[in-house]
Amino acid sequence: MKPARFDYYSPSSRDEALELLGQYGDDAKILAGGQSLMPMMNMRLVRPKVVIDINRIAGLSHITPRRDGGLAVGAMTRQRELERSALVLETAPLLSLAIPYIGHFQIRNRGTVGGSLAHSDPAAEIPAVCLTLDTEFELASSGGERTVKAEDFFLNHLTTALEPVELLTEIRIPQTVGNWRWGFQEVCRRDGDFALVGAATMLHLDDKGICLEARITTFGAGGTPMRMDAAEEYLSGSSVNADDRSEAARLVSDALDPISDIHASAKYRQDVGGVMVRRALEQALLAQALPFNEGEDAA
Amino acid sequence: MTTERNIRLTVNGKAYESLVPVRMTLVDFLRGELDLTGTHVGCEHGVCGACTILVDGSATRSCLMLAVQADGANLMTVEGLADGPELHPLQRAFQRNHALQCGFCTPGLLMTAYEFLRDTSNPTEEQVREGISGNICRCTGYAPIVQAILDVSQEAG
Repeated sequence: MKPARFDYYSPSSRDEALELLGQYGDDAKILAGGQSLMPMMNMRLVRPKVVIDINRIAGLSHITPRRDGGLAVGAMTRQRELERSALVLETAPLLSLAIPYIGHFQIRNRGTVGGSLAHSDPAAEIPAVCLTLDTEFELASSGGERTVKAEDFFLNHLTTALEPVELLTEIRIPQTVGNWRWGFQEVCRRDGDFALVGAATMLHLDDKGICLEARITTFGAGGTPMRMDAAEEYLSGSSVNADDRSEAARLVSDALDPISDIHASAKYRQDVGGVMVRRALEQALLAQALPFNEGEDAA
Repeated sequence: MTTERNIRLTVNGKAYESLVPVRMTLVDFLRGELDLTGTHVGCEHGVCGACTILVDGSATRSCLMLAVQADGANLMTVEGLADGPELHPLQRAFQRNHALQCGFCTPGLLMTAYEFLRDTSNPTEEQVREGISGNICRCTGYAPIVQAILDVSQEAG
């Protein structure tokens, strides 16, 4: 057997899962899509005493429009469903753009939006997108529910604001009203690998192309995805021309303080982080809503 | 302790019922308990693609699922492709194009290609290359595999 011994529960309701979490807390691991937890268990990097499999709970998987124009996505929604969703493409096109970068399609068939967020790998795409879209997370425990903003959710490397007794149940992406553009870039050695470094951006432009609000996130360049405040402030009020984009990239490189590892040096991540931001901004200026073809593979 | 569970599932159209340890991976169950050794075990952490099977129609790493999670599921493995002695068009195209040498990656590639071609009609070479990017082959250099998949899409197309 690859994984170490554990006690297995597959609750059929959310309340049952929360009760088990309340009982076992830190000793338990939630099994969602299993695309990160199962490798770690197979390698025995993680040896949970209790595995709570939430795949059989109805009601945790949905992509729903919200009354305020935003989008609610259930934590157990498979990444592949997001990739194929016309609603996501219309409401949160940045998310549609980023999803195909996650692993390979076999991974996305199984991997979930909540699993990616709760695991919170610093190089993961969904956390970076959620931070850029000012997403809110619903965290539930047997004591009740609370809402946490993305900016307060990602604490450090593989560490989130989730308490041991809490389950991430839904994410809420606010509607972006007006002329918003989006861009997403990452660099990795091979298609489907973890990103060495990447960037996501949302630009709100007025009729004359002046930037009302810029959001810039880098990922893979620190313990969590990070908003780049200096570059965001710099671009606000600008026309985001070539000089502005280069200056934003420089500000991002200056702000980054990444680590070196076997995949890339700190200097590489710092420099290429800026380049990713510049390219994401260029891409954003070209981005427009595209008609969605139901039958085609978005990958 | 719930260390064992009874599961019922369908594999290649045949119903099975079995008592399994909860920590047994699905691929170990298929190979060790059902003797369906066509599905290969490679890296066992979701990277190589050798163990790819269809779970309710979706290509899935069977090393990243527990056997208990397949309770009630409908699986298809490489053994389910051929119709008796009659090879599946994908298998024939792999043979014709020399798309396998040692054959270790082949079951996973076939099952990946099965879903890929179901969802993508008339794919370009680039789409095929991206479609199989989650499966590692260390013999062929991929060119004959890509050609085999393109061949099948043209036959069907």
